[in-house]
Amino acid sequence: MFVAWRDLRFAKGRFALMGTVIVLITLLVGLLSGLTAGLGRQNTSAITGLPADRIAFQDSGGGLDVSYSDSTVTEEQWRRWARTPGVRWAEPLGITTTRATAGDRSAAVSAFGVRAGSRLAPHGGQLDERSVVLSGTAADDLGVRPGGTLTLAGQRLTVAAVEGDASFSHTPVVWTSLDVWARTAPHPGTGPGTGPGPAAGTGPGEGTGTGTGTGPGEGTETGPGEGTETGTSDGLGDGTGSGSGDGTDFGTGTGPAAARTATVIALNTGPGVDTAAADRAAGTRTLAKDDSLSAIGSYTSENGSLQLMRGFLFAISALVVGAFFTVWTIQRSGDVAVLKALGASTAVLLKDALGQAVVLLAGGTLIGTGLAAALGALVSGTAVPFLLTPATVLLPAAVTILLGAAGAALSVRRVTSVDPLTALGSAR
Amino acid sequence: MSLNLTDVTLTYPDGDARLTALDRVTLDVPGGTLTAVVGPSGSGKSSLLAVAATLITADSGTVTVDGVDTTGMGRGELTALRRRKIGIVFQQPNLLPSLTAAEQLQVMAVIDGRSPGRARARALDLLDAVGLADLADRRPHQLSGGQRQRVNIARALMNDPTVLLVDEPTSALDHERGAAVVDLIARLTRRRATATVLVTHDTTHLTAVDQVAEVRDGVLRRPARR
Repeated sequence: MFVAWRDLRFAKGRFALMGTVIVLITLLVGLLSGLTAGLGRQNTSAITGLPADRIAFQDSGGGLDVSYSDSTVTEEQWRRWARTPGVRWAEPLGITTTRATAGDRSAAVSAFGVRAGSRLAPHGGQLDERSVVLSGTAADDLGVRPGGTLTLAGQRLTVAAVEGDASFSHTPVVWTSLDVWARTAPHPGTGPGTGPGPAAGTGPGEGTGTGTGTGPGEGTETGPGEGTETGTSDGLGDGTGSGSGDGTDFGTGTGPAAARTATVIALNTGPGVDTAAADRAAGTRTLAKDDSLSAIGSYTSENGSLQLMRGFLFAISALVVGAFFTVWTIQRSGDVAVLKALGASTAVLLKDALGQAVVLLAGGTLIGTGLAAALGALVSGTAVPFLLTPATVLLPAAVTILLGAAGAALSVRRVTSVDPLTALGSAR
Repeated sequence: MSLNLTDVTLTYPDGDARLTALDRVTLDVPGGTLTAVVGPSGSGKSSLLAVAATLITADSGTVTVDGVDTTGMGRGELTALRRRKIGIVFQQPNLLPSLTAAEQLQVMAVIDGRSPGRARARALDLLDAVGLADLADRRPHQLSGGQRQRVNIARALMNDPTVLLVDEPTSALDHERGAAVVDLIARLTRRRATATVLVTHDTTHLTAVDQVAEVRDGVLRRPARR
């Protein structure tokens, strides 16, 4: 590095110019990384925050990709999963995007329906027919606190608690009971139907009950598992019916028949669980929780685009650094020839040249990353979804240095081909 | 300490044929003596210097540096030999623009794996020996042509070589400064007992040399002692 340091000091203008380019590229990469992570969190944090390790979707068959927006699972599928050996627990989870109103404020929210007392939701024990739990952002957007009220798809509900910062598909999460969710979500099935409800049912255990309904899908339904349930099965949700059984079904015992469906099943599995066999038996397709993020349509397209931009920036960074050091190496090939003629080994010269590149890259990247972090800290907490973590700051910096060093290495290898003989009789 | 070239032949490709640059050249340069190799342009002087500097491998013959036969040596061995045993004074100073006069010498220690800090005292001594003690911290563009050439000479001596090869050191200097440079090389040769070869086409500065060898069309005439 003896010559390299002195070159850096001597050719200040050239290196300052190149350093500025590296600073700007790193700043752009840093900002884009923070923005990508922030947007990703807005899309997925409700899913990544679930205490589950796998998510079971409806298997549409035909090799179609699963999707959180298209999936509908039934109570029977949930019960099958719950009985599967190796599964610690299985919880139905309903997801829909809707609008919530509180006073004169209104906000788009994602309603996450879970069974009362479910471990999926914060303060799940406080969820019932009239109570919801809000994420912090939802509470801020709607201007409500615990004890306040809001209207969700026409249902007047009380805020039982405000907890966490879960969001899904860029909307804050409102945790509801499955029944509230069922009345909020558009259900599979078509056309209006009427049911006589409430239909009578028997209590937990072995009881039976019957009910009738009219409209599409009308008929008697027998529930899975331990109890026989009755009610309308119009698949629309605007009839009412009562279900009974073992008291652990999707709903709370009253509510629409559509509450017997959810969007996905959240699973917590132990070692040795045969998910493929369980999927075949239940008619589901199970993904690891992190893999299931690709089933969020907006996340896949948005994240893909941003990652592509980031990848291009890394490639551009490597190319720019490589181009600079190619020109620089050609310019100083006379010096290299003299040093070789004087007895400098190629290894010493390569070390010197590559060290110079790494110093320039590290310096530029450090400044660029610092600026990105400072800007990120400024915009964090505002409407800009910027996530400032070591992963979004240090990782892109490390990648920029590594790829830049690779580009520089390809350039400075020209040092090996400089002929020391050219130093004899040369005039520089 | 000596340089010996024995029956050295060197050819270059010239279309389909080969051009003979050196034709069975034999030259012995004992330590502490200055040998001038003279001849017109294209006679083979530079080729002789390049072979002696181990920058080109001869087609045949042997080159011995301080008793070490360079025949069959690999590139790495030749580089190490050049670094430790051979000093080269280039036709043009070929100084590195980012380094001061002292650093031009210190870099010789660096490429030999030694500390530049410890080498500074020796660099300053050598600059003093060539009359540049006060200009140690100047960069090349702050020195005159003659001063740059003196730095060039001092750099060649930095690793205490046994063989000193000097290529047309006066070509860019006026007569007075050219004579001063040749005198300096002669003094350093005797003081440091190096086997010095001075390649030049200018025969007006040869009063200080010990022997003169003339090369024409690649053939070296028997050196004449002076």
